Amino acid sequence: MPKLIKDGAVVEDSWAGELLDLASYNEHVTAGSAPDGKLAVQLEPGESPADISGDLTKLPMVAINFPVFTDGRGFSYARELRQSGYQGEIRAVGHFMRDQLGYLARCGVNAFAFAEETDLSAAIASLSDFSDHYQADTLQPEPLFRRR
Amino acid sequence: MYVYDEIDQRIVNERVEQYRDQTRRYLAGEISDAQFLPIRLQNGLYVQRLAPMLRIAIPYGMLSSRQLRKLAQISRDFDTGFGHISTRQNIQLNWPLLEDVPDILAELASVQMHAIQTSGNCIRNTTTDQFAGVAVDEREDPRPWCEIIRQWSTFHPEFAFLPRKFKIAVCASETDRAAIHAHDIGLELVPNAAGELGFRVLAGGGLGRTPVIGSEICAWLEKKHLLTYLESILRVYNQLGRRDNKYKARIKILVKAMGADAFRERVEQEWAAIKDGPATLTDAEIERARSYFTEPEYKDLPALAESAELQRALAENNAFARWYQRNTFEHRVSGYRIVTLSLKATGYAPGDVSDTQMEAIADLADHYAFGEVRTTHEQNMVLADVEGNELLGLWQQLTALGLATPNIGYLTDLICCPGGDYCSLANAKSIPVAEAIQERFEDLDYLYDLGPIDLNISGCMNACGHHHIGHIGILGVDKKGQEFYQVSLGGHQGKDASVGKILGPSFEQDAMPEVIDKILATYLDLRTEEEHFLDTYRRVGMDPFKERVYAEAH
Repeated sequence: MPKLIKDGAVVEDSWAGELLDLASYNEHVTAGSAPDGKLAVQLEPGESPADISGDLTKLPMVAINFPVFTDGRGFSYARELRQSGYQGEIRAVGHFMRDQLGYLARCGVNAFAFAEETDLSAAIASLSDFSDHYQADTLQPEPLFRRR
Repeated sequence: MYVYDEIDQRIVNERVEQYRDQTRRYLAGEISDAQFLPIRLQNGLYVQRLAPMLRIAIPYGMLSSRQLRKLAQISRDFDTGFGHISTRQNIQLNWPLLEDVPDILAELASVQMHAIQTSGNCIRNTTTDQFAGVAVDEREDPRPWCEIIRQWSTFHPEFAFLPRKFKIAVCASETDRAAIHAHDIGLELVPNAAGELGFRVLAGGGLGRTPVIGSEICAWLEKKHLLTYLESILRVYNQLGRRDNKYKARIKILVKAMGADAFRERVEQEWAAIKDGPATLTDAEIERARSYFTEPEYKDLPALAESAELQRALAENNAFARWYQRNTFEHRVSGYRIVTLSLKATGYAPGDVSDTQMEAIADLADHYAFGEVRTTHEQNMVLADVEGNELLGLWQQLTALGLATPNIGYLTDLICCPGGDYCSLANAKSIPVAEAIQERFEDLDYLYDLGPIDLNISGCMNACGHHHIGHIGILGVDKKGQEFYQVSLGGHQGKDASVGKILGPSFEQDAMPEVIDKILATYLDLRTEEEHFLDTYRRVGMDPFKERVYAEAH
């Protein structure tokens, strides 16, 4: 089973459902055939969380694809998902890199499935490069200036 | 000046260690060149034509004498003993080794400095008026706001991989000395109908390949909403800005494509979700930021006109009087004067300052100006608080240091990027053109007769030398492997900002002083009494200049 980083630990990928692209997922929802907990959706750059049909609370996972690590749209998608109250798994997939983990986590991504071979146990360290941050984010809803 | 607390210091220290490990992994082959690129850029490191270049942040241009001494030491230990002041008020070193950069960053951190986000597709150093806090026409000190923006933009998790770089400038005075119309976001502190100051927000300005003057997105924003509003603009840009073509990736292209109204609507939509949320500024935070920019202990001095010592020196010493008139500026406080140190002496690359000059300036700052120095986007330095009766002594020392060329605001106080001598992006050299023009127009009487003229030179389309907003702009272009120079006229920075128009076909390097001479001669022939170059251009248009330059050239 492939491994990934999830909630700060290296784990086996236990996802057993189906991961659909946005159009297919939305079709299922429209047809009323989206089974609870078995279907997830993968967003590509240019596909905003606002485009996902149906009840987000029934979605166990939203994957955000990074075809290239320099395309930062996914950071905003994760942030918007959490802002809208989404509590399920947000999984970064594709060609993001270890040195982006801290930023991704702060935007609300809690699972990281690297397309490239990565030393996951070493990569976890990049989640805690910094002990504090100026801005409000998903992990720390109060900006530093309200905590100083 | 802002002073780091334990948390600020810890964050910067952790950044040094993060980058040290990243450099180690890169050198060990664990990070690819492509992946290391944005990492090193966001730590200020470019790989240039001859060697790496490190751009060190000087937040909104403020430096303490201690920091300046550290920069002198770093430039001596890791470079050839020179620093280059950039048009973002930063300082650049040209020869550091990639392996040494973590140590340089650690040295910087020891004096509360860094090179964070001075490059790369992220939010860059926020710039402002170099006369902040001392200008006579100021509505409010913009620096606390710059510091609030600096902290908000430092390691913002969502905006480190934007479509392109992102620059913010703040103006809080009647005269815009921060070129806010030429920024991705320009902020101006303006009163509303009730007289309360808030932010006028411009978006989508920028220079580069497609120069655009910013559009007003919000006429008046209550101060406490500043960060949530900025966040909304950035979020729209991060999602909708073009990523398929780097020349169309700046926010100006997005604002133009959507139209300012549609863009504003989208921003307001994003804003509705976060407005009044936790990122809303508190009074306590605004006060905390302000508390670092309180007045120094000014003396109760007689007005300059009544300072017998100063008036006698002005009457007796022509050279001093000339410098006083051109390089010093009115101060908000009676008896004080703002002094600009010219980094535009003929024979030196514009904006360059040596290690020994930096140390001497630090000493002068301690003696004359409360230990503070500023850098300007016109690539000069400023001592903001000098007592009137000390000006003569300061002038004598600056003269000995080569920092008193009395040309501030005149033709030879030109803005110039490092160009093809250093920069790998450049199409053409810019420093030799600057030098040739400075040599040609060294005669001070002629220079003063020409009146204030902004001449800006960029070695390529990226427009680091702001050529679009020079009254005379020079752009280096590549024509079949040969370096040529295109001239534009009528650009201007300020509240009535405009983008220059191209004069015509480009010229060889050797021809440039002559071309500039013809442009100036045309102006002198056509101007009415007391009319500045820009006014004459705006009145008569391009044709007379064009006719003169090209008629005689062929």
